[in-house]
Formats: sequence, C-alpha cells, structure tokens
Amino acid sequence: MKKIMLGNEAVARGLYEAGCRLVSSYPGTPSTEISEAAAKYDEIYAEWAPNEKVALEVALGASMAGGRSFCAMKHVGLNVAADPLFIGAYIGVGGGMIIAVADDPGMHSSQNEQDSRHYAIAAKLPMLEPSDSAECLSFVKAGYDFSEKFDTPVILRLNTRVSHSQSVVELAEREEREIIPYEKSPAKRVMMPANAKGRHVVVEKRLEEIAEYANECPFNRVIDNGGELGIITAGPSFNYAMEVFGDKASYLKLGLVNPMPDKLIRDFVAKYQRIIVIEELDDVIETHCRKLDITVDGKNLLPLCDEFTQELLAEKLLGEVKPYAALEENIPVRPPVLCPGCPHRGIFYVLKKMGLYVSGDIGCYTLGALPPLGALDTTLCMGASISALHGYNKVLGEDSAKKSVAIIGDSTFMHSGMTGLANITYNKGISTVIIVDNSITGMTGHQQNPCTGFTLKGEPVPQISLEAVCKALGIEEAHIRVTDPNEITETEAVLKEELAYEGPSVVICRRPCALLKYVKAEPAFTVDTEKCIGCKACMKIGCPCISIVDKKATINATLCTGCGLCKKLCKFGAIQG
Amino acid sequence: MTKKNIMIVGVGGQGTLLASRILGNASLALGYDVKVSEVHGMSQRGGSVVTYVKYGESVASPIICRGEADVILAFEELEAARWLPYLKPDGIMIINTQQINPMPVVTGAAEYPADIIEKIKAKGVRVISADALAMAKEAGTEKAVNVALIGLAADYLGFDRGTLVDAVKTSVAPKFLEVNMKAFELGASHAKDVE
Repeated sequence: MKKIMLGNEAVARGLYEAGCRLVSSYPGTPSTEISEAAAKYDEIYAEWAPNEKVALEVALGASMAGGRSFCAMKHVGLNVAADPLFIGAYIGVGGGMIIAVADDPGMHSSQNEQDSRHYAIAAKLPMLEPSDSAECLSFVKAGYDFSEKFDTPVILRLNTRVSHSQSVVELAEREEREIIPYEKSPAKRVMMPANAKGRHVVVEKRLEEIAEYANECPFNRVIDNGGELGIITAGPSFNYAMEVFGDKASYLKLGLVNPMPDKLIRDFVAKYQRIIVIEELDDVIETHCRKLDITVDGKNLLPLCDEFTQELLAEKLLGEVKPYAALEENIPVRPPVLCPGCPHRGIFYVLKKMGLYVSGDIGCYTLGALPPLGALDTTLCMGASISALHGYNKVLGEDSAKKSVAIIGDSTFMHSGMTGLANITYNKGISTVIIVDNSITGMTGHQQNPCTGFTLKGEPVPQISLEAVCKALGIEEAHIRVTDPNEITETEAVLKEELAYEGPSVVICRRPCALLKYVKAEPAFTVDTEKCIGCKACMKIGCPCISIVDKKATINATLCTGCGLCKKLCKFGAIQG
Repeated sequence: MTKKNIMIVGVGGQGTLLASRILGNASLALGYDVKVSEVHGMSQRGGSVVTYVKYGESVASPIICRGEADVILAFEELEAARWLPYLKPDGIMIINTQQINPMPVVTGAAEYPADIIEKIKAKGVRVISADALAMAKEAGTEKAVNVALIGLAADYLGFDRGTLVDAVKTSVAPKFLEVNMKAFELGASHAKDVE
C-alpha cells in the first residue's frame, strides 16, 4: 500500500516494520514526530526521557537486553548524548540499535548549525543518510540488519527537509524479531581501561570492514548518465542536485556517509572530467576526496553556512537565475511571537520593567528576547540559564545577584537545569532562578515530560513536583515561591523579596500553556474607545491581538483568549472583559 | 508532462498544514509522485509560514524557489507580497483578503503596506482574491478558511473537481466534513464569478 508520509513518520514506520521494541527520545525540532508516530504502534514501547543522554542510554540498555532499539534527537541533543554515544561504539549491540539525529541547516528552529557527520567520524560509527521518506523507511529497516551484522550502533542522519517533507512510501507488514539471548561478557561491556583497550582494536577493525562493505552496500548508488560531469552528494543535497542537473550529470549518491567507500569513489571519479561535491554544511565528503588525492570542486563554489536550495546550486554552479516579480516596497518581517494568552508574557513584562539581567534558556520563552518584551540577555543551551547565572554572579559579586535571574521552563529544568541548581546550593551561590511551569514541553509542539503527569503513550503517572525537587536540591522551603505569572503585581513583589534574600531561591511561575486543550479561552476583551487615550501602555506586552487603529487600542476578538493581562496595564479602565 | 508547484503561505496558526495535506492526498490519488514540505517548531508561533506541494511524474526537490511556483495560495495579504517572488511569471496568485499585523507593525516600527493586491496586479500577475474568512464563517466555522481557499483555487491546481472533493473528505475529520464541503463550494462558486 502506498501512502504519503513525513520523513519522520516514515522512520517510525521503519521501526515498526523492522520489529523495533523500544524507543526513548527527548523532543527536539526537527526530530520530534518520529517518537510521537512510533508511540502510536502498540507493538513498540515508546517514552520521552528527560534528556538525550538518558534516552541514548536507555536504548543502549534495551539493545544489550537483545531487543531492537531506537532513540531520536536534534543535532544539539547529540551533544548532550555524546558520552554514551562514544562508549556505545565500543560496546556494540545485542539487538540492533539506531540513533537518529536531525540536523537543522538554515536554523528553522535551532540555536546553531551543526554537521552531525563529525560525530560519526569521531565516535567511529557508521552513519546512514536518507534523502526522502521512502529512504527513511528502507534505511531504518536495512539499518537494523546492518547494525546486527557488524555489532555496532548505527547513526541515522536526518535533516529538516527530510524530516519535515512528506513523500510517497510503500508500506509492509511488521516482522517480529526474537530477543537475542544475553550472554555475560565483561570484556565487551565493562568499559574500564583493560577491557576498553581490546574494544578499541575491535572498533578500528570493524570500521575497516564496514568501509570495505561500503563499496557494495545497498545504501550507496551510482546513477550513470554518461557526460562529463560527476556529482558526489548525499541526503537532501541529492534532491537539489537532481532538480538542477537532472540527467545532464551523473551521480554518486552516498547513503552510507561514514565510513566512505574509497573504491566506489575512485571508480566513479575516473569516469568523468569534472567532479563536484554537493554537501550542505561542512566539507566532509570533499575532505575525504582530498585524502584520496582526488581533485574536486565543492566549498570553493558553495557555502558552508545556511541550507542549500536548487536556486542556490543553479546560481553558484551554472550562473542561472530564474525571472521573478517583486514589490518595490519594504515588506515588514513577521517574526514568531508568544501566542495570545501565553503565560510567559506576564513574567517577561515584569522582568523588563524591573530592568534585571536575565539569563535565558531554550524553549518558547526564548521568544521573550524579541521586542517589545526584549527581556533576555543570553540564551546558550539547554539548562545553561542556571549554571551560567551562577558564574555571572560569582564574578560580579553579591550585588549582581540582586539584579539578575535565570529563567527556565519545566521541561528544560528536568532536562539539565537540576544539576545547575545543585551547583548553586552546593557552592554557596545566592542566585534567583525562575521556573516557568506551563505544564508541557511547548516549543516542540506539546510533548509530555516528568512534570506533566502523562507519558508519551498518554498514560497517567504521578507528576514530579518541582517544589520537592528544588527542596531536595537544597533550596530552603521558604524560598521556593509559587506565583501565577498573569498576576503581575504579586509576581513582581515575590521576585523583589527573593532577589533581596541573601541565599539561593526559586520562583515557580505556574500557569498552563494557553494552547493546551483543557485550557478554555475566556471571552475576548474589548476597548472602550471613549476611555482609551492611546497611551500604548497595553502594547508593552507584545500581544498579537492588540493594535492601534485611529490612535486607539483595538483587540482582535478572534485571537484574544481573555487572559486579561492588558487590562492590568491600562490606567484608564479602557479595557473591559 | 504534468508538473505543478503549489505554495501555501500564511501566518502560523491559520491552518496551512491541512491545506497542504489535502493537496498531497489529491496528488497521490492520481498516482503522481508528490512531495510536501512543511515548517514546524519555532516559526509556527505566529510567524510567517510556508508549505510547498509539488507533484508530477517525478519530483526531486521538496522545496520551491523564486520564480518556480505555478500557484501561490496566500492566506494573508502581507504574506502574498512577501512570497510573490516565488511565483512563475505566468503563475497565478489566490489571495485571501485578510490582514494580520506582524509584530513590527503592532509596535509601530513598520507600516502595513497599503493596496497590496492592486500592487501585485500592477506587476502583471494574475490574481484571484476573495474574503475566504467570510466564506468560512458563512459555512459555519472560521477554521474552514483553508478549504474555502482551496475551493477558490480549485480550477488552477491541476486536479478535477471529484479528486479534490475526495481529498478534502479523506483529510478532514468526519464531523467537520459538512462545513468544509460548504466552504469549498462557496470558494469554488466565487472563483467562477470573478473569472
């Protein structure tokens, strides 16, 4: 049966058909839908782990137990999971294991551009890279056999345009796999120096064998259209190259991007006068060609930054530009905004008003950096708001702690904020940490987490209490405060008290995400134009529902959720609801 | 050789993803190769969103670049202006006459350009515009604005009416089918009037 599926859904379908038993992941755009789709198959146990390191370790454990396992993450998630990744390479597998990592060239929803192929090279692991949904499905299925054949975890490299494009796939039945019986083998699985020395030798030998296999594996293919131009490419770049050159070039399309097939590459380049390597982000294939003494064009013509398109390739490689029309005038940008009724809006208004240094984190609340709220000073990586604030306060002294806060979401706090908080209490820090608890993992599209009371499969479970965690990590109970961020006066008063306190404190701003189904919108607020003097005080919260028409505020009744924040800012009683 | 590049542009939250799923299902029903590219994550939060639908005998790239779209379905006027360069010189633009202020306009840092539709037409571009939001409301729910727009564009997407109607049926939840079909018909009959 043919079906149109997202690349991510096709990966999940591949897991189902290949008899995968366990999925453990942490959400991250563009990888999130894989685990959500996998959770819909009853045959697969699927869970959200609190972070990517935990997820990868869970999947390694499941593989050791003899079942086929999987974990997925975005590119920066692999930074978090790098520790078990490298050691997993030494230990190898029981049941087959695939680690999906989704890169985001162009940074549609990320804080950096990062080429995950370097991880495959550094960890000495094989890496597969599909170009479309059909390959997502087939590479996962063949990837499990590959993993078991060579006793190695396999990395599946995805990309925004592969993960989030739908294309046609052919569905098949699930093949159940017997559990591979466990045999105790400390020399293989206890990675202490004496054993690891032996395993490193195994890893190097395995990589050599896979490199040999790469010359004939089903993942790499040659499309020989004759001619003078040969293109070596992989992943989404293959699609763009095909769009531009069609049958006017020949292609070596790499599906196994690490290790690379030396013989296949040499045989391919021998047939054409000119070779162009087309690869997004870093020059990994190109560098390998250089090692083989092969002259290629690549990054001399194509950029290291941003994602590729067929337009870019046509312009840079052929000098062709398609005609198009455009309006002369300036088109205002439309950046993403905090949603109407967003519970984060109140706290950012307060932080900006108080003029604090705000150490930010990763989530919807990163949008608090944008005008008019403009409250964030920094955003680094998951969990860094807390640990970086500690360093900031240690250098600038106690006074700085009275004028600075960290802000982090509930899911991000569970991911890697807890250790930062332990560091503060342990090392006599006095910082103030705000946890914005909206009862969901918001930015990636509403995933459950340990604080929400539900699993990925939708089963109810006891919620982990943020208050109890903070207390256990050494924050005094009197300085773990809970406020409703929509009550801006109260929230400001609580913050002032905790900033003044000469010890570590946590303020939990608790209000559920306005987009959650159980959060019912209140009737829309309205503006009394008689009373409105057009002072724009209500505009300071950056609510997309409010605009100024004929010098008076007006509220879009379709968008407004009746959160009432704007009413609290109006000194003239013009906003009603 | 049949080959169509369709772009759906709008503001996060307007229902552009459902519109692309309907067109994807219609392409699949006719046995075409098809690719649909979406944007998820941060940019969905009220930002400018774009979805590409490409079908034909064989589709390589899932995305559409400047000068490549046969049809652009714009859910909002400013987004129509923003994505105009992606239209082929002989392409057609279907525009919902809704205006949603982006944050720079809300804060007063920029102005919402006036007379966008007239300016696009002045570039020699074929335009069909209508208040699809009003049609959706008339049909019974504002959420059917995406299906009303597909009705408005029905004759330019390369599908026969039956295929498109079937695709709407397979793509929307049964309890919303009736209002969506009504929105589709309102869109389709309006398009006939303006042509």
